[in-house]
Amino acid sequence: MNHIALKMLMGDKGKYLGIVMGLTFASLIMTQQPAIFIGLMARSYSFISDVGLPDIWVMDPKVQFIDDIKPMQETELYRVRGITGVEWAMPLYKGLLKARLTDGAFQTCNVVGLDDTTLIGGPAVMLEGKLSDLRRSDAVIIDIDGASEKLAKPAATPDGKKTPLKVGDSLELNDRRAIVVGLAKVTRTFQSQPVIYTTYSRAKSYAPVERKMLSFVLVKAKPGQDKAELVKRIVAITGLEAYTQDDFKKLTYSYFLKNTGIPINFGITIALGFIVGTAIAGQTFYNFTLENLRQFGVLKAMGASNSTLLRMILLQAVVVGSIGYGLGVGIAALFGFLMRHSILAFKMPWQLLVFSGGGVGLICVMVALISIMKVIRLEPAIVFKS
Amino acid sequence: MNATPLAIRCRDIVKTYDTGGQVVTALNGVNLDINMGELMMLVGPSGCGKTTLISIIAGILDQTSGDCELFGENLLTLRSKDKLRFRAENIGFVFQAYNLLPALNAAENVSVPLIINGVKRGEAERRAAQMLEKVGLGERTMSLPAQLSGGQQQRVAIARALIHSPRLIVCDEPTSALDHESGQNVMNLLKAVALDQQRVLVIVTHDARIFNFADRIAEMDDGHIVNVAHSAAELK
Ligand SMILES: Nc1ncnc2c1ncn2[C@@H]1O[C@H](COP(=O)(O)OP(=O)(O)O)[C@@H](O)[C@H]1O
Ligand SMILES: [Mg+2]
Repeated sequence: MNHIALKMLMGDKGKYLGIVMGLTFASLIMTQQPAIFIGLMARSYSFISDVGLPDIWVMDPKVQFIDDIKPMQETELYRVRGITGVEWAMPLYKGLLKARLTDGAFQTCNVVGLDDTTLIGGPAVMLEGKLSDLRRSDAVIIDIDGASEKLAKPAATPDGKKTPLKVGDSLELNDRRAIVVGLAKVTRTFQSQPVIYTTYSRAKSYAPVERKMLSFVLVKAKPGQDKAELVKRIVAITGLEAYTQDDFKKLTYSYFLKNTGIPINFGITIALGFIVGTAIAGQTFYNFTLENLRQFGVLKAMGASNSTLLRMILLQAVVVGSIGYGLGVGIAALFGFLMRHSILAFKMPWQLLVFSGGGVGLICVMVALISIMKVIRLEPAIVFKS
Repeated sequence: MNATPLAIRCRDIVKTYDTGGQVVTALNGVNLDINMGELMMLVGPSGCGKTTLISIIAGILDQTSGDCELFGENLLTLRSKDKLRFRAENIGFVFQAYNLLPALNAAENVSVPLIINGVKRGEAERRAAQMLEKVGLGERTMSLPAQLSGGQQQRVAIARALIHSPRLIVCDEPTSALDHESGQNVMNLLKAVALDQQRVLVIVTHDARIFNFADRIAEMDDGHIVNVAHSAAELK
C-alpha cells in the first residue's frame, strides 16, 4: 500500500507543495535561528578560543565572564608558577583603553597585553607582519576589522572612503605613541571595539597606573597532569579562581544566557517557527486528508484495515517531513554559507540538526495524528454517499 | 456451507440513524433472499433505504436489529479483523461516482483489491492489466481517471470490483451518471463478465432503462420491500 500512499500524496501537487513548504519553513526557522543563536553565544567566549594554548585560566574569584576584568596583583603570577603540575604560567592584560587617532578623535579599544618574552595568547591568524614584531619599540598589532572601520582615517571628502589603518601608521594610547606593526584576524566577540595586541609591559604603560594590573594568569599543565586536579590545587593554594579553558567558556556563555534577553528572544522566534510551521503544515496536511477521505473510505470498504491506513498516513507524513526538513536545513546551511564572511554569527553543530529534526518530527506526528484520528473514525459506508 | 444456492439471507432488518436526537428509520423490517448466480436489482424512490440495505449486506454498516447472512456468515458477529478480511476477499464495489483513486492509473486502481489481499504489486498490476483487457480497456492501462470518459471510468471500476474474484458485487446506481449507451455497455459488461454461478450481483438503481438486465427486481418503499418482481413488466 506504500506506493499507493505516495501516489496519493504526490497526486495533488498543490497540496503536496503546500505541506512541504510549511515543513520547510518550520525546519528553516528551527535550524537557522538557533544557528545564529549558537553562533552569537560562541562569540561570547571567542576570545578564550583565540588565546587557545593555555589549559587553565586563573583570575580573581569575582570574575563572571571573559570581559569582566578584576585585576590581580602581579605577585599572583609567581605564586601560580610555583605550584606543582604547572608547566608554565604567563600574564595576560586585557582592558578597555582610549586610543587617540591622528584626526584627534578618540576610540575605545580592547587592549591585550601578552607576556613580553613568549607572546603567548597572541592572535592565531596574522594578515600582515609577524607576532614577533611586537618586540620592537612601541609596537602594536591591530585586528583587521578595527583597522578598516573604527580606527580608519576619515575620508578626505564627505562621501569618500575611509582609509584603513596600515602597518607603519601610528596612534596614541594614554599619550604614548603606538606604531602598527601588524594586522591580525580576530574572531568576532560581543565587544565591538577594535582589538589592539601589545606586550604585557607596554600594555601596562598604556593603561592608567593602578596597584593591580594583572587580568589573567594563563597556565599550561605539565604533560600527564590532570587538569581538574591542577585547577583545584591552584584554587586551594592561591585563593584565586581557576577554570579549565572549557569551563571558562561555559562560565562566560552561561553568564550571557542568564543575564541578557538573547535566549528569550531566540526562544520566542524558534517557538513561533514551530507554531507557524505546525499550523501551515498541519492545516494543509489535514485538508489533504479531508479531501482524500472518500478515497480512504473506499479503501476501508474494500477491506483495508485501520492500521494499514494509519501506516499510509504516517508514511505520507514522514515523506513530507523528510523533504521539508532536508530543504529547510539545506536552506539554513546555504544561508550560513553565503553569510560566512559577514558580521552575522552562525553555527550549525550536529546537535542542532538533531534538535530541528526532532522539532519537524514532532510536527509531523501531531499533524498525522489528527488525520489518523479522522480516518480511523471514518465509516466505510460514506462511500455510497454521493 | 451446504449445497443451497442461497447467497444472501436478510431477516427483519431494522436500521435507524440517530442524527443528534432525531431518529430516522431507514429500514423497517426488511426480509430478502438472494440466490447464487442471480442479478438482483433494488429499486424504489429516493430515501427509501436502498443504499442502507446494500451497505448492511456488504458489511460496511451495522444494522440496528435483525439478521443478515452473507454466504452463511453473520457479519455482525464477526470480529472486526475477520470482517475486514471477509470483505476484502468476498466483495467488490461499484459506485455511482466511480470512486477511483485519482492519482493512480487504471491498472493501479484495478490492482488495489489484490494489494489489500496481500498480492505483490507487480503481480497485482499484471493481473489488473489482463482484467482491463476483459472490460475493453486494454489500451488504457496507464491512463489516469481524469483522462477517461465516465463510461470508461465505470468500466475501470468494474474491473476493480472483479479483480479479486469476489462472490458478491454490490453496485450503487452504476449507470446514473452515464448516458444511455454507456449505461447499456456497463450493464452488458456486468452481465457478461461479472455474473456467473459462483457470484451474486446486487444493483441499486432507479434507472428504468436497465431494469431488463435484472433476474429479479426488489421494489422498496419507506424502509420495506414491497414487491419482488421477475421483470420490469411485473413492477407495481
Ligand atoms: N448516515 C445517515 N445519517 C442519517 N440519516 C441517514 C444516513 N444515511 C441515510 N439516512 C437516511 O435514511 C434514509 C434512507 O437513506 P438511503 O438508504 O440512502 O436511501 P436511498 O439509497 O434509497 O436513497 C433516508 O431518509 C436518509 O435520509
Ligand atoms: Mg442511495
